[in-house]
Amino acid sequence: MINKLVESMAEAMAGIRDGAVVLLGGFGSIGQPNALVDGLIEQGATDLTVVSNNAGTGRTGLARLLELGRVRKIICSYPRSAGSVVFEEVYRTGKIELEIVPQGTMSERMRAAGAGIPAFYTATAVGTKLAAGKEEREIAGRRYLLEEALPGDVALIEAWEADRWGNLTYRSSARNFNPVMATAAALTIAQAQHIVELGALDPEKIVTPGVYVKRVLHVPYGEPTVT
Amino acid sequence: MNALDACKPLTRTEMAARVARDIPEGWYVNLGIGAPLQIADYVPAECEVIFHSENGVLGMGPAPAPNEINRWLINAGKQYVTLRTGGSYMHHADSFALIRGGHLDLCVLGAFQVAENGDIANWSTSDNDTAPAVGGAMDLAAGTRQLWVLMEHLTKSGDSRLVHRCTYPVTALGAVKRVYTNLAVLDVTNEGFAIREMVPGLTLDVLQKVTDAPLRMAI
Repeated sequence: MINKLVESMAEAMAGIRDGAVVLLGGFGSIGQPNALVDGLIEQGATDLTVVSNNAGTGRTGLARLLELGRVRKIICSYPRSAGSVVFEEVYRTGKIELEIVPQGTMSERMRAAGAGIPAFYTATAVGTKLAAGKEEREIAGRRYLLEEALPGDVALIEAWEADRWGNLTYRSSARNFNPVMATAAALTIAQAQHIVELGALDPEKIVTPGVYVKRVLHVPYGEPTVT
Repeated sequence: MNALDACKPLTRTEMAARVARDIPEGWYVNLGIGAPLQIADYVPAECEVIFHSENGVLGMGPAPAPNEINRWLINAGKQYVTLRTGGSYMHHADSFALIRGGHLDLCVLGAFQVAENGDIANWSTSDNDTAPAVGGAMDLAAGTRQLWVLMEHLTKSGDSRLVHRCTYPVTALGAVKRVYTNLAVLDVTNEGFAIREMVPGLTLDVLQKVTDAPLRMAI
């Protein structure tokens, strides 16, 4: 019998190694796996590379992980926003490496990783300073950049409903990066608001089939707040 | 800026309303965060222009009443929004495939500068800014079928935002098709900026005096 439901945070976080590339779901504060990030803080892995659209706000969650010096490098599209005070501090003092990636290139690099595509050409960022060092090629009269896939060792994601096979649904715009990150990591760990019986999810409405998910932790935290 | 005393520049809301008038029913449109988001307020609800938000919302509606907020539904500017009837959700890779695959009819972005060759600079004000936030701007500028820019004609210090060549780091090359400012509406053509309309009281001579890039009237 397949059972991907885990009973404890320690079980959910088991085996995340120092130096891991961690994909973190969420856009703004919606769809962020906050409980799993707290679990990662507790678990202790360090020297991490984090892939996340934003670089954390306030002093909790991702911001706390940065403040503790556990993140060597962050790959994101929008590091600066109201409240990204910890990122500003660690970046200014040279304690973190930053790779800025256009948001669509970032999500497509993970999609490619999940689909076995090592690299792809895109028109995004051609002629800009983010093209530095990248192979450029003209195809049918237009210029493109070669972008490499971005696989993760671990993905931490948030879902709405889950079953014991790891089938997942999402809620409204909390879907965001979560399904694509689920496909791109070797170890995908989901926190879910609701755990349902196998068979209870309408197959037409499952967004992430369980094949992509290794562990599910039940975290019924209620409603998110925008920070 | 005495040269402009004879005319009345548009306010920000008038600028948003002006852009809205030019968006035909049936178009799929992405509005950049900041001033462009206001354009949606001036498209009548019965007009089926479909707004896309890059965090995976197609058919974005206006802000909800305070007692009807869906806490899982925000736009790219991280404000609560609604989903209109017929709307749908998608994940980020699909949302940007929609953008990069040329499925949007229009994107309207704000900008620091637009050059007469259509280059746009809107994500970073200096080569020394080592942690600028690009977000989805480069994907939108390179991927949508048509890019319009909504911006003030001049900077706060009175410099022209319509330039011969961008001095700020560019977001995309040759991407802008039309610019809406508080003074004029201009097309970007192979021969540079062509004025479609100016606010009442403004003349080509006066507008040229405050604009770096050469201007001509559209035919």
